Amino acid sequence: MTEQRPASQPAPGSFLKAVSAVVWKDLQAEFRSRELFSAMLVFSLLIILIFNFALELDIKTRQSVTSGVLWATFAFAGTLGLNRSMAIEKDRGCMDGLLLAPVDRSAIYFGKVISNLAFMLVVEIIVLPVYSVLYGINLIQPGLLFVILLGSIGYAGVGTLLSAMSVQTRTRDILLPILLFPVVIPVILSAVKASGGYLEGLPFDEILSPLSLLIAYDIIFIAVAFMVFDNVVEE
Amino acid sequence: MRSKPLLLTILDILSILVLGISTYLALFFAPTERVMGEVQRVFYFHIGTAWTALMGFILAAVFSIIYLVTKNLKWDRYQVAAIEVSLVFFFLTIVLGSIWARPAWNTWWTWDPRLTTAAVTELIYIAYFMLRQGIDDPERRARFGAVYALIGGLSAPVTFFAIRLFRTIHPVVIGGANAEAQGGFAMTADMRVAFFFALFAFTIIFIDLYWNRIRLGELQDQVEQLKLKVTM
Repeated sequence: MTEQRPASQPAPGSFLKAVSAVVWKDLQAEFRSRELFSAMLVFSLLIILIFNFALELDIKTRQSVTSGVLWATFAFAGTLGLNRSMAIEKDRGCMDGLLLAPVDRSAIYFGKVISNLAFMLVVEIIVLPVYSVLYGINLIQPGLLFVILLGSIGYAGVGTLLSAMSVQTRTRDILLPILLFPVVIPVILSAVKASGGYLEGLPFDEILSPLSLLIAYDIIFIAVAFMVFDNVVEE
Repeated sequence: MRSKPLLLTILDILSILVLGISTYLALFFAPTERVMGEVQRVFYFHIGTAWTALMGFILAAVFSIIYLVTKNLKWDRYQVAAIEVSLVFFFLTIVLGSIWARPAWNTWWTWDPRLTTAAVTELIYIAYFMLRQGIDDPERRARFGAVYALIGGLSAPVTFFAIRLFRTIHPVVIGGANAEAQGGFAMTADMRVAFFFALFAFTIIFIDLYWNRIRLGELQDQVEQLKLKVTM
């Protein structure tokens, strides 16, 4: 088996280079078509609109449900992006090309996670001020933004792995939310709790436990996804 | 076709026997609990099914790691069988718990950490079977199944801790007490007999069903191979 391995270990910078190449490819493709971004953004705004009527977001309810509405919006819009970004790879045979590239498979995983995360963050950056203006709540707070970043990392980390599986099944895009939602419940729970804490101006001690759970989740699940990703893309 | 192993047949009969004895112990032998009354008798089977189902889920997570390392389809069969039997047992746990909760907590359901985690766990493993159903290639089905069982198995305890951030009213009868729990009680000697026998009985029943399910999986694989041979 040893003769299959490359003679010399790859240079330390080459992994990062491979990751950034995957990210760059995705961002460039998205920049040209803007399909995914516009769909995610419009979808998020529509979800907020639906919540507005479903929950009667008057001044009093707003205070308590804002973090929940935000995370439900991000979670739903997130699946849209995850599905699309993997479906593109599969449909046009790009995945095979990526797999043929002489780089570590985990570089592909991290590249996809970062580009999926980037799409989510861009959508969130637009949704937050819009929500702030519509409902007169200031959402642009450093603590809250940090929670949103942590939550999105966990979501994209697990979501990328599961979407790589779901595109290879018969039911495809229908399957992703079914696989993803029960597994990301800890992210949603602790993110809602932590964001709610920041919005209510609670002392840091009370936000610390959901925040540390969020960090623990991100580390555990990205580590596991990194280890098993090979098994998901192997042909 | 290979005939059924003798030990499995013995185990089948033993399962029926211990189920009968356990039912007798739970319904007639154990004393009636002072505060909750007859409905407390549900507890014996509730813990019996819960304990075996959780063991099954842990076993499945271990088998999925072994499968991912060895790539031997045998471990995949063991894993599916464990999840399938556990899914049914865990569903029984939830239903039995609900029957008890109605008089004890005055509601069928509450969003308590254990209850929520139980519901999420059921959903994870239902999703697991939906994932498997969508894949035709047995080798890929096994790989994806193992990956998802591993992720799901890790996520269930994290969910439990996440919801622990909110308070709980679920009683802890064995080890540790919770001041806010409602419906807790101390077991008498006779209750303990019924309790431990129920644990034993459900372990036997689980092993029996599990073994039968693994055997079914092996036979299914044989049928598939024979079908392939006929069409070739």
